[in-house]
Amino acid sequence: MPRWNPSPRAIRAIKAVVFVVALAPLARLALGVVAFPEWLGTNPAEYITRSLGDWTLRFLLLTLTVTPLRRVTGWHWLLRLRRMLGLFTFFYGVVHLTSYVAFDHVFAIDEILKDIVKRPFITVGFTALALMTPLAMTSTNAMVRRLGAHRWTALHRLVYPIAVLGVVHFWMMVKRDITEPAIYAVVLAVLLGYRVAVARVGAREPRAA
Amino acid sequence: MLIKRPSDVLPSEITPEHIYARRRELMKAAAAGSILAATGGLVSGNAGAQGGGLQKLAGVKKSPYSTVEQANTYKQITTYNNFYEFGTDKDDPARYADKLKVSPWTVVIEGEVKKPRTVGIEELLKLPLEERVYRLRCVEAWSMVIPWVGFEFRELAKLVEPTGNAKFVEFVTAYQPETMPGVRLPVLEWPYVEALRLDEAMHPLTIMAVGLYGEVLPNQSGAPVRLVVPWKYGFKSGKSIVRIRFVEKQPKTAWEKAAPHEYGFYSNVNPDVDHPRWSQRREKRLPSFFATRDTVIFNGYGGEVASLYAGMDLKKNF
Repeated sequence: MPRWNPSPRAIRAIKAVVFVVALAPLARLALGVVAFPEWLGTNPAEYITRSLGDWTLRFLLLTLTVTPLRRVTGWHWLLRLRRMLGLFTFFYGVVHLTSYVAFDHVFAIDEILKDIVKRPFITVGFTALALMTPLAMTSTNAMVRRLGAHRWTALHRLVYPIAVLGVVHFWMMVKRDITEPAIYAVVLAVLLGYRVAVARVGAREPRAA
Repeated sequence: MLIKRPSDVLPSEITPEHIYARRRELMKAAAAGSILAATGGLVSGNAGAQGGGLQKLAGVKKSPYSTVEQANTYKQITTYNNFYEFGTDKDDPARYADKLKVSPWTVVIEGEVKKPRTVGIEELLKLPLEERVYRLRCVEAWSMVIPWVGFEFRELAKLVEPTGNAKFVEFVTAYQPETMPGVRLPVLEWPYVEALRLDEAMHPLTIMAVGLYGEVLPNQSGAPVRLVVPWKYGFKSGKSIVRIRFVEKQPKTAWEKAAPHEYGFYSNVNPDVDHPRWSQRREKRLPSFFATRDTVIFNGYGGEVASLYAGMDLKKNF
Protein backbone atom coordinates (compact mmCIF):
# COMPACT_ATOMS: atom_id res chain seq x y z
CA MET A 1 0.00 0.00 0.00
CA PRO A 2 1.55 3.34 -0.99
CA ARG A 3 2.14 5.73 1.86
CA TRP A 4 0.08 8.87 1.54
CA ASN A 5 1.17 11.86 3.52
CA PRO A 6 -1.17 14.78 2.92
CA SER A 7 0.11 18.25 3.72
CA PRO A 8 -1.18 20.06 6.82
CA ARG A 9 -3.41 22.11 4.52
CA ALA A 10 -4.81 18.97 2.90
CA ILE A 11 -5.48 17.49 6.34
CA ARG A 12 -7.37 20.61 7.36
CA ALA A 13 -9.46 20.28 4.19
CA ILE A 14 -10.09 16.57 4.86
CA LYS A 15 -11.17 17.38 8.39
CA ALA A 16 -13.57 20.04 7.14
CA VAL A 17 -15.10 17.57 4.70
CA VAL A 18 -15.44 14.86 7.37
CA PHE A 19 -17.06 17.40 9.69
CA VAL A 20 -19.70 18.36 7.13
CA VAL A 21 -20.35 14.75 6.04
CA ALA A 22 -20.72 13.69 9.69
CA LEU A 23 -23.52 16.22 10.12
CA ALA A 24 -25.43 14.94 7.10
CA PRO A 25 -27.44 12.26 8.96
CA LEU A 26 -28.64 14.85 11.46
CA ALA A 27 -29.40 17.35 8.69
CA ARG A 28 -31.50 14.73 6.90
CA LEU A 29 -33.58 14.10 10.03
CA ALA A 30 -34.01 17.82 10.64
CA LEU A 31 -35.13 18.35 7.04
CA GLY A 32 -37.57 15.48 7.48
CA VAL A 33 -39.11 17.18 10.50
CA VAL A 34 -39.48 20.63 8.97
CA ALA A 35 -40.15 19.90 5.30
CA PHE A 36 -40.29 16.25 4.20
CA PRO A 37 -42.38 14.18 6.65
CA GLU A 38 -42.51 11.28 4.15
CA TRP A 39 -38.78 10.72 4.78
CA LEU A 40 -39.59 9.77 8.37
CA GLY A 41 -42.60 7.53 7.76
CA THR A 42 -45.61 6.85 9.95
CA ASN A 43 -43.71 6.84 13.24
CA PRO A 44 -41.33 9.78 12.85
CA ALA A 45 -40.20 9.85 16.48
CA GLU A 46 -39.18 6.19 16.43
CA TYR A 47 -37.43 6.68 13.11
CA ILE A 48 -35.44 9.62 14.49
CA THR A 49 -34.44 7.94 17.75
CA ARG A 50 -33.38 4.71 16.00
CA SER A 51 -31.51 6.55 13.28
CA LEU A 52 -29.60 8.60 15.87
CA GLY A 53 -28.78 5.41 17.77
CA ASP A 54 -27.57 3.74 14.57
CA TRP A 55 -25.29 6.69 13.83
CA THR A 56 -23.93 6.73 17.36
CA LEU A 57 -22.86 3.11 16.95
CA ARG A 58 -21.51 3.71 13.44
CA PHE A 59 -19.36 6.64 14.57
CA LEU A 60 -18.15 4.58 17.51
CA LEU A 61 -17.07 1.75 15.22
CA LEU A 62 -15.50 4.26 12.79
CA THR A 63 -13.52 5.75 15.67
CA LEU A 64 -12.29 2.28 16.58
CA THR A 65 -11.34 1.64 12.93
CA VAL A 66 -8.79 4.46 12.87
CA THR A 67 -6.00 2.61 14.66
CA PRO A 68 -6.19 -0.68 12.73
CA LEU A 69 -6.59 1.17 9.43
CA ARG A 70 -3.59 3.32 10.26
CA ARG A 71 -1.47 0.25 10.99
CA VAL A 72 -2.58 -1.58 7.88
CA THR A 73 -2.20 1.34 5.46
CA GLY A 74 0.62 3.23 7.15
CA TRP A 75 -1.50 6.39 6.85
CA HIS A 76 -0.55 7.85 10.19
CA TRP A 77 -2.39 11.10 9.53
CA LEU A 78 -5.66 9.20 10.04
CA LEU A 79 -5.01 9.67 13.74
CA ARG A 80 -5.80 13.33 13.22
CA LEU A 81 -9.45 12.37 12.48
CA ARG A 82 -9.94 10.17 15.52
CA ARG A 83 -10.83 12.88 18.03
CA MET A 84 -13.46 14.34 15.71
CA LEU A 85 -15.02 10.94 15.09
CA GLY A 86 -15.04 10.23 18.82
CA LEU A 87 -16.71 13.54 19.55
CA PHE A 88 -19.31 12.92 16.87
CA THR A 89 -20.04 9.57 18.56
CA PHE A 90 -20.69 11.42 21.80
CA PHE A 91 -22.68 14.11 19.99
CA TYR A 92 -25.00 11.61 18.27
CA GLY A 93 -25.30 9.69 21.54
CA VAL A 94 -26.45 12.80 23.38
CA VAL A 95 -28.96 13.71 20.66
CA HIS A 96 -30.15 10.05 20.64
CA LEU A 97 -30.75 10.18 24.40
CA THR A 98 -32.43 13.58 24.09
CA SER A 99 -34.83 12.31 21.44
CA TYR A 100 -35.78 9.34 23.64
CA VAL A 101 -36.26 11.62 26.64
CA ALA A 102 -38.34 14.07 24.61
CA PHE A 103 -40.44 11.74 22.47
CA ASP A 104 -40.96 8.72 24.72
CA HIS A 105 -41.19 10.51 28.04
CA VAL A 106 -41.84 14.15 27.19
CA PHE A 107 -39.13 15.03 29.73
CA ALA A 108 -40.88 13.33 32.68
CA ILE A 109 -37.79 12.93 34.84
CA ASP A 110 -39.31 10.47 37.34
CA GLU A 111 -40.31 8.10 34.55
CA ILE A 112 -36.94 8.35 32.85
CA LEU A 113 -35.19 7.49 36.11
CA LYS A 114 -37.54 4.54 36.57
CA ASP A 115 -36.76 3.41 33.03
CA ILE A 116 -33.02 3.63 33.63
CA VAL A 117 -33.27 1.45 36.73
CA LYS A 118 -35.98 -0.97 35.61
CA ARG A 119 -35.19 -1.61 31.96
CA PRO A 120 -31.86 -3.28 31.37
CA PHE A 121 -31.45 -2.10 27.78
CA ILE A 122 -31.95 1.51 28.87
CA THR A 123 -29.58 0.96 31.80
CA VAL A 124 -26.92 -0.35 29.45
CA GLY A 125 -27.35 2.44 26.89
CA PHE A 126 -27.35 5.10 29.55
CA THR A 127 -24.22 3.65 31.16
CA ALA A 128 -22.42 3.68 27.81
CA LEU A 129 -23.24 7.35 27.29
CA ALA A 130 -22.33 8.23 30.88
CA LEU A 131 -18.94 6.55 30.45
CA MET A 132 -18.39 8.49 27.22
CA THR A 133 -18.78 11.80 29.01
CA PRO A 134 -15.34 11.92 30.69
CA LEU A 135 -13.76 10.92 27.39
CA ALA A 136 -15.42 13.82 25.61
CA MET A 137 -14.43 16.16 28.44
CA THR A 138 -10.79 15.14 28.29
CA SER A 139 -10.54 15.35 24.52
CA THR A 140 -8.77 18.71 24.32
CA ASN A 141 -5.00 19.04 23.94
CA ALA A 142 -4.89 20.91 27.24
CA MET A 143 -6.58 18.01 29.04
CA VAL A 144 -4.22 15.50 27.46
CA ARG A 145 -1.28 17.52 28.79
CA ARG A 146 -2.88 17.95 32.20
CA LEU A 147 -3.54 14.23 32.60
CA GLY A 148 -0.27 13.13 31.07
CA ALA A 149 -0.17 10.75 28.11
CA HIS A 150 -0.08 7.65 30.30
CA ARG A 151 -3.14 8.42 32.40
CA TRP A 152 -4.99 9.87 29.42
CA THR A 153 -4.45 6.66 27.43
CA ALA A 154 -5.54 4.53 30.37
CA LEU A 155 -8.73 6.59 30.76
CA HIS A 156 -9.53 6.43 27.06
CA ARG A 157 -9.32 2.65 27.04
CA LEU A 158 -12.85 3.01 28.42
CA VAL A 159 -13.90 3.20 24.78
CA TYR A 160 -13.70 -0.62 24.59
CA PRO A 161 -16.28 -1.38 27.29
CA ILE A 162 -18.36 1.54 25.96
CA ALA A 163 -18.44 -0.05 22.51
CA VAL A 164 -19.44 -3.42 23.96
CA LEU A 165 -22.21 -1.77 25.99
CA GLY A 166 -23.41 0.08 22.89
CA VAL A 167 -23.79 -3.09 20.86
CA VAL A 168 -25.37 -4.94 23.82
CA HIS A 169 -27.85 -2.03 24.19
CA PHE A 170 -28.92 -2.41 20.55
CA TRP A 171 -29.07 -6.20 20.84
CA MET A 172 -31.32 -6.05 23.91
CA MET A 173 -33.62 -3.47 22.33
CA VAL A 174 -34.44 -5.61 19.32
CA LYS A 175 -37.61 -7.63 19.74
CA ARG A 176 -36.75 -10.73 17.84
CA ASP A 177 -34.67 -10.39 14.68
CA ILE A 178 -31.06 -9.89 15.79
CA THR A 179 -29.54 -9.62 12.30
CA GLU A 180 -28.62 -5.93 12.55
CA PRO A 181 -27.11 -5.93 16.05
CA ALA A 182 -25.25 -9.10 15.08
CA ILE A 183 -23.58 -7.23 12.19
CA TYR A 184 -22.41 -4.50 14.58
CA ALA A 185 -21.21 -7.18 17.01
CA VAL A 186 -19.13 -8.90 14.32
CA VAL A 187 -17.53 -5.62 13.22
CA LEU A 188 -16.73 -4.75 16.83
CA ALA A 189 -15.33 -8.25 17.43
CA VAL A 190 -13.00 -7.85 14.44
CA LEU A 191 -11.84 -4.40 15.61
CA LEU A 192 -11.21 -5.57 19.17
CA GLY A 193 -9.80 -8.92 18.04
CA TYR A 194 -7.28 -7.10 15.89
CA ARG A 195 -6.04 -5.19 18.92
CA VAL A 196 -5.73 -8.37 20.99
CA ALA A 197 -3.79 -10.06 18.18
CA VAL A 198 -1.45 -7.07 17.79
CA ALA A 199 -0.85 -6.94 21.55
CA ARG A 200 0.03 -10.66 21.61
CA VAL A 201 2.42 -10.40 18.71
CA GLY A 202 3.95 -7.29 20.27
CA ALA A 203 4.47 -9.10 23.56
CA ARG A 204 6.28 -11.98 21.88
CA GLU A 205 8.60 -9.85 19.78
CA PRO A 206 11.89 -9.00 21.43
CA ARG A 207 12.04 -5.32 22.19
CA ALA A 208 14.96 -3.10 21.46
CA ALA A 209 16.47 -1.86 24.66
CA MET B 1 -77.18 -5.76 24.16
CA LEU B 2 -76.20 -2.48 25.74
CA ILE B 3 -73.52 -0.86 23.67
CA LYS B 4 -71.48 1.76 25.45
CA ARG B 5 -69.56 4.47 23.70
CA PRO B 6 -65.90 4.55 24.61
CA SER B 7 -65.45 7.29 27.17
CA ASP B 8 -61.85 8.19 26.43
CA VAL B 9 -62.35 10.27 23.34
CA LEU B 10 -60.90 13.74 23.55
CA PRO B 11 -62.92 16.44 21.80
CA SER B 12 -59.85 17.23 19.72
CA GLU B 13 -59.81 13.69 18.36
CA ILE B 14 -63.35 13.68 17.13
CA THR B 15 -63.63 14.03 13.39
CA PRO B 16 -64.37 17.66 12.57
CA GLU B 17 -68.04 18.08 11.92
CA HIS B 18 -67.71 19.31 8.36
CA ILE B 19 -65.85 16.12 7.44
CA TYR B 20 -68.13 13.92 9.51
CA ALA B 21 -71.12 15.48 7.77
CA ARG B 22 -69.64 14.49 4.43
CA ARG B 23 -69.44 10.80 5.39
CA ARG B 24 -72.63 9.89 3.57
CA GLU B 25 -71.47 11.86 0.58
CA LEU B 26 -68.16 10.03 0.61
CA MET B 27 -69.95 6.71 1.02
CA LYS B 28 -72.23 7.50 -1.92
CA ALA B 29 -69.20 8.39 -3.95
CA ALA B 30 -67.64 5.07 -2.95
CA ALA B 31 -70.85 3.19 -3.76
CA ALA B 32 -71.07 4.94 -7.12
CA GLY B 33 -67.49 3.85 -7.67
CA SER B 34 -68.33 0.23 -6.98
CA ILE B 35 -71.32 0.35 -9.34
CA LEU B 36 -69.11 1.83 -12.02
CA ALA B 37 -66.55 -0.88 -11.34
CA ALA B 38 -69.23 -3.58 -11.47
CA THR B 39 -70.50 -2.31 -14.80
CA GLY B 40 -67.05 -2.35 -16.23
CA GLY B 41 -66.55 1.39 -16.05
CA LEU B 42 -63.14 2.69 -15.15
CA VAL B 43 -62.85 4.25 -11.71
CA SER B 44 -60.20 6.87 -11.43
CA GLY B 45 -59.38 7.58 -7.78
CA ASN B 46 -62.13 9.43 -5.91
CA ALA B 47 -60.69 12.78 -4.99
CA GLY B 48 -60.39 13.02 -1.22
CA ALA B 49 -61.41 9.43 -0.57
CA GLN B 50 -58.88 7.12 1.10
CA GLY B 51 -57.85 3.83 -0.40
CA GLY B 52 -55.30 1.96 -2.41
CA GLY B 53 -57.23 1.53 -5.65
CA LEU B 54 -58.10 -2.07 -4.74
CA GLN B 55 -61.44 -3.77 -5.32
CA LYS B 56 -64.28 -2.06 -3.44
CA LEU B 57 -66.42 -4.14 -1.10
CA ALA B 58 -70.17 -3.92 -1.64
CA GLY B 59 -73.00 -3.90 0.91
CA VAL B 60 -70.91 -2.76 3.86
CA LYS B 61 -73.00 -1.58 6.81
CA LYS B 62 -71.98 0.94 9.46
CA SER B 63 -71.65 -0.30 13.02
CA PRO B 64 -72.32 1.27 16.42
CA TYR B 65 -69.11 -0.42 17.58
CA SER B 66 -67.09 2.02 15.47
CA THR B 67 -65.21 4.77 17.24
CA VAL B 68 -65.70 8.33 16.05
CA GLU B 69 -62.01 9.08 16.54
CA GLN B 70 -60.09 10.35 13.54
CA ALA B 71 -58.87 7.37 11.52
CA ASN B 72 -55.27 7.11 10.36
CA THR B 73 -54.66 7.59 6.65
CA TYR B 74 -54.58 4.64 4.28
CA LYS B 75 -50.91 5.33 3.69
CA GLN B 76 -50.05 5.34 7.39
CA ILE B 77 -51.94 2.09 7.94
CA THR B 78 -50.35 0.31 4.99
CA THR B 79 -46.71 1.43 5.28
CA TYR B 80 -46.07 0.75 8.96
CA ASN B 81 -46.77 -2.91 9.64
CA ASN B 82 -45.60 -5.82 11.71
CA PHE B 83 -45.85 -8.84 9.41
CA TYR B 84 -42.64 -10.69 10.23
CA GLU B 85 -43.10 -13.20 7.41
CA PHE B 86 -42.02 -10.36 5.12
CA GLY B 87 -39.27 -8.99 7.35
CA THR B 88 -39.04 -7.32 10.73
CA ASP B 89 -38.72 -3.70 9.59
CA LYS B 90 -41.96 -1.78 9.62
CA ASP B 91 -41.68 -0.98 5.90
CA ASP B 92 -40.79 -4.54 4.84
CA PRO B 93 -44.41 -5.76 4.49
CA ALA B 94 -45.34 -2.83 2.22
CA ARG B 95 -42.27 -3.59 0.15
CA TYR B 96 -42.48 -7.37 -0.18
CA ALA B 97 -46.04 -8.50 0.56
CA ASP B 98 -47.21 -7.91 -3.01
CA LYS B 99 -45.77 -11.38 -3.75
CA LEU B 100 -48.17 -13.07 -1.31
CA LYS B 101 -50.45 -15.46 -3.22
CA VAL B 102 -53.97 -14.56 -2.10
CA SER B 103 -55.97 -16.28 -4.83
CA PRO B 104 -57.21 -18.96 -4.65
CA TRP B 105 -57.67 -18.78 -0.86
CA THR B 106 -59.42 -21.20 1.42
CA VAL B 107 -59.80 -21.37 5.17
CA VAL B 108 -59.97 -24.81 6.78
CA ILE B 109 -62.28 -24.81 9.80
CA GLU B 110 -61.93 -27.95 11.89
CA GLY B 111 -61.58 -29.48 15.33
CA GLU B 112 -64.37 -29.57 17.87
CA VAL B 113 -67.12 -28.71 15.39
CA LYS B 114 -70.14 -30.57 14.09
CA LYS B 115 -69.56 -29.58 10.47
CA PRO B 116 -65.89 -29.15 9.65
CA ARG B 117 -65.48 -27.24 6.39
CA THR B 118 -63.08 -25.69 3.97
CA VAL B 119 -64.44 -22.30 3.01
CA GLY B 120 -63.37 -20.24 0.00
CA ILE B 121 -62.77 -16.52 0.37
CA GLU B 122 -65.65 -15.84 -2.03
CA GLU B 123 -68.07 -17.38 0.42
CA LEU B 124 -66.62 -15.44 3.35
CA LEU B 125 -67.14 -12.17 1.48
CA LYS B 126 -70.87 -12.98 1.39
CA LEU B 127 -71.17 -12.95 5.18
CA PRO B 128 -72.72 -9.74 6.62
CA LEU B 129 -69.98 -7.12 6.23
CA GLU B 130 -69.69 -4.13 8.51
CA GLU B 131 -67.28 -1.26 8.74
CA ARG B 132 -65.63 -1.33 12.16
CA VAL B 133 -63.48 1.68 12.95
CA TYR B 134 -61.34 0.30 15.77
CA ARG B 135 -58.44 1.52 17.81
CA LEU B 136 -55.37 -0.68 17.36
CA ARG B 137 -52.87 -0.72 20.20
CA CYS B 138 -49.54 -2.36 19.42
CA VAL B 139 -47.58 -3.98 22.25
CA GLU B 140 -44.77 -1.63 21.17
CA ALA B 141 -46.75 1.29 22.67
CA TRP B 142 -48.00 2.95 19.51
CA SER B 143 -51.58 3.07 18.37
CA MET B 144 -53.69 3.86 15.31
CA VAL B 145 -57.37 4.06 14.39
CA ILE B 146 -58.28 1.75 11.52
CA PRO B 147 -61.50 1.49 9.49
CA TRP B 148 -61.69 -2.26 8.98
CA VAL B 149 -64.38 -4.04 7.02
CA GLY B 150 -65.25 -7.50 8.27
CA PHE B 151 -67.78 -9.92 9.68
CA GLU B 152 -68.16 -11.07 13.26
CA PHE B 153 -66.27 -14.23 14.05
CA ARG B 154 -69.44 -15.75 15.51
CA GLU B 155 -70.99 -15.62 12.02
CA LEU B 156 -68.20 -17.92 10.88
CA ALA B 157 -68.67 -20.20 13.88
CA LYS B 158 -72.34 -20.63 12.87
CA LEU B 159 -71.16 -22.27 9.63
CA VAL B 160 -69.42 -25.11 11.48
CA GLU B 161 -71.33 -25.35 14.80
CA PRO B 162 -68.72 -25.76 17.57
CA THR B 163 -69.35 -28.68 19.95
CA GLY B 164 -69.45 -28.47 23.75
CA ASN B 165 -65.80 -29.51 23.84
CA ALA B 166 -64.64 -26.37 22.05
CA LYS B 167 -63.02 -24.11 24.67
CA PHE B 168 -60.43 -22.27 22.58
CA VAL B 169 -59.96 -21.20 18.98
CA GLU B 170 -56.60 -21.45 17.27
CA PHE B 171 -55.77 -19.31 14.25
CA VAL B 172 -53.07 -20.53 11.87
CA THR B 173 -51.70 -18.01 9.38
CA ALA B 174 -50.28 -18.47 5.90
CA TYR B 175 -46.85 -20.00 5.42
CA GLN B 176 -45.57 -19.42 1.89
CA PRO B 177 -41.77 -19.77 1.92
CA GLU B 178 -41.66 -18.98 -1.80
CA THR B 179 -43.28 -15.56 -1.28
CA MET B 180 -42.18 -14.74 2.27
CA PRO B 181 -38.54 -13.68 2.63
CA GLY B 182 -38.91 -13.36 6.42
CA VAL B 183 -39.58 -17.03 7.13
CA ARG B 184 -36.01 -17.96 6.18
CA LEU B 185 -34.97 -16.66 9.61
CA PRO B 186 -36.20 -18.51 12.70
CA VAL B 187 -37.44 -15.24 14.20
CA LEU B 188 -40.63 -16.96 15.31
CA GLU B 189 -41.95 -20.46 14.85
CA TRP B 190 -43.67 -20.57 11.46
CA PRO B 191 -46.49 -20.67 10.65
CA TYR B 192 -47.52 -17.91 13.04
CA VAL B 193 -50.22 -19.16 15.39
CA GLU B 194 -52.55 -17.15 17.58
CA ALA B 195 -55.45 -18.20 19.79
CA LEU B 196 -58.38 -16.91 21.80
CA ARG B 197 -60.63 -18.33 24.45
CA LEU B 198 -63.94 -19.36 22.83
CA ASP B 199 -65.93 -16.63 24.61
CA GLU B 200 -63.39 -14.02 23.47
CA ALA B 201 -63.65 -15.24 19.88
CA MET B 202 -67.46 -15.24 20.00
CA HIS B 203 -67.63 -11.69 21.36
CA PRO B 204 -69.28 -9.34 18.84
CA LEU B 205 -66.22 -7.06 18.83
CA THR B 206 -64.08 -9.90 17.45
CA ILE B 207 -64.14 -9.74 13.69
CA MET B 208 -62.55 -11.42 10.72
CA ALA B 209 -61.50 -8.45 8.61
CA VAL B 210 -61.56 -8.68 4.84
CA GLY B 211 -61.26 -4.98 4.03
CA LEU B 212 -59.79 -1.60 4.82
CA TYR B 213 -61.27 1.78 3.89
CA GLY B 214 -64.06 0.00 2.01
CA GLU B 215 -61.69 -1.98 -0.22
CA VAL B 216 -60.36 -5.52 0.03
CA LEU B 217 -57.35 -5.78 2.35
CA PRO B 218 -53.95 -4.93 0.92
CA ASN B 219 -51.55 -7.85 1.35
CA GLN B 220 -49.42 -6.15 4.00
CA SER B 221 -52.48 -5.78 6.22
CA GLY B 222 -53.17 -9.52 6.16
CA ALA B 223 -55.09 -10.21 2.94
CA PRO B 224 -57.44 -11.75 2.19
CA VAL B 225 -58.81 -12.44 5.68
CA ARG B 226 -57.42 -11.68 9.12
CA LEU B 227 -58.45 -11.61 12.74
CA VAL B 228 -59.07 -8.30 14.55
CA VAL B 229 -59.46 -8.27 18.35
CA PRO B 230 -59.45 -4.59 19.29
CA TRP B 231 -59.03 -4.90 23.07
CA LYS B 232 -55.83 -6.96 22.80
CA TYR B 233 -52.35 -6.01 21.63
CA GLY B 234 -52.07 -6.06 17.85
CA PHE B 235 -50.04 -9.25 17.57
CA LYS B 236 -53.05 -11.27 18.75
CA SER B 237 -54.84 -10.34 15.52
CA GLY B 238 -53.25 -12.85 13.14
CA LYS B 239 -52.99 -11.99 9.45
CA SER B 240 -53.77 -14.01 6.32
CA ILE B 241 -55.60 -16.82 8.14
CA VAL B 242 -55.64 -20.27 6.49
CA ARG B 243 -56.83 -22.54 9.29
CA ILE B 244 -59.14 -22.15 12.26
CA ARG B 245 -59.23 -24.90 14.86
CA PHE B 246 -61.75 -25.21 17.68
CA VAL B 247 -59.91 -27.02 20.47
CA GLU B 248 -60.36 -28.13 24.05
CA LYS B 249 -56.94 -27.21 25.46
CA GLN B 250 -55.36 -23.75 25.49
CA PRO B 251 -53.03 -23.59 22.48
CA LYS B 252 -49.48 -22.26 22.66
CA THR B 253 -49.18 -19.12 20.55
CA ALA B 254 -46.15 -18.07 18.49
CA TRP B 255 -45.10 -15.24 20.82
CA GLU B 256 -45.67 -17.35 23.93
CA LYS B 257 -43.27 -19.92 22.51
CA ALA B 258 -40.73 -17.25 21.56
CA ALA B 259 -40.73 -15.22 24.79
CA PRO B 260 -43.19 -16.50 27.43
CA HIS B 261 -42.14 -13.96 30.06
CA GLU B 262 -42.86 -11.06 27.68
CA TYR B 263 -46.01 -12.18 25.87
CA GLY B 264 -48.84 -13.94 27.66
CA PHE B 265 -51.79 -15.83 26.22
CA TYR B 266 -54.30 -13.07 27.00
CA SER B 267 -52.28 -9.98 26.07
CA ASN B 268 -55.14 -7.66 26.87
CA VAL B 269 -54.20 -4.00 26.60
CA ASN B 270 -53.40 -3.00 30.18
CA PRO B 271 -51.56 0.12 31.38
CA ASP B 272 -50.79 -1.60 34.71
CA VAL B 273 -48.88 -4.53 33.24
CA ASP B 274 -45.60 -3.33 31.77
CA HIS B 275 -43.75 -5.15 29.06
CA PRO B 276 -40.50 -6.25 30.76
CA ARG B 277 -38.60 -3.86 28.51
CA TRP B 278 -40.89 -0.86 28.39
CA SER B 279 -43.83 0.77 30.11
CA GLN B 280 -47.37 0.36 28.80
CA ARG B 281 -48.65 3.32 30.81
CA ARG B 282 -48.80 5.63 27.79
CA GLU B 283 -48.97 5.29 24.06
CA LYS B 284 -48.15 7.24 20.96
CA ARG B 285 -51.07 7.78 18.58
CA LEU B 286 -49.31 7.77 15.22
CA PRO B 287 -48.12 9.85 13.48
CA SER B 288 -47.64 11.92 16.64
CA PHE B 289 -44.08 12.41 17.89
CA PHE B 290 -44.98 12.11 21.54
CA ALA B 291 -46.23 9.24 23.68
CA THR B 292 -48.65 11.45 25.57
CA ARG B 293 -51.84 9.39 25.43
CA ASP B 294 -52.78 7.43 28.51
CA THR B 295 -53.26 3.77 27.67
CA VAL B 296 -56.74 2.61 28.65
CA ILE B 297 -57.47 -0.86 30.03
CA PHE B 298 -58.82 -3.16 27.29
CA ASN B 299 -57.91 -0.39 24.85
CA GLY B 300 -61.05 1.48 25.85
CA TYR B 301 -63.34 -1.48 25.15
CA GLY B 302 -63.73 -2.38 28.83
CA GLY B 303 -67.44 -1.54 28.78
CA GLU B 304 -67.93 -4.36 26.31
CA VAL B 305 -65.36 -6.97 27.35
CA ALA B 306 -64.37 -6.49 31.01
CA SER B 307 -67.02 -9.01 32.09
CA LEU B 308 -65.14 -11.74 30.18
CA TYR B 309 -62.38 -11.48 32.79
CA ALA B 310 -64.44 -11.03 35.96
CA GLY B 311 -62.54 -12.39 38.95
CA MET B 312 -59.35 -13.01 36.99
CA ASP B 313 -55.99 -11.67 38.12
CA LEU B 314 -55.00 -9.71 35.01
CA LYS B 315 -51.42 -9.26 36.20
CA LYS B 316 -50.95 -13.00 36.45
CA ASN B 317 -52.95 -13.74 33.31
CA PHE B 318 -51.21 -11.06 31.23
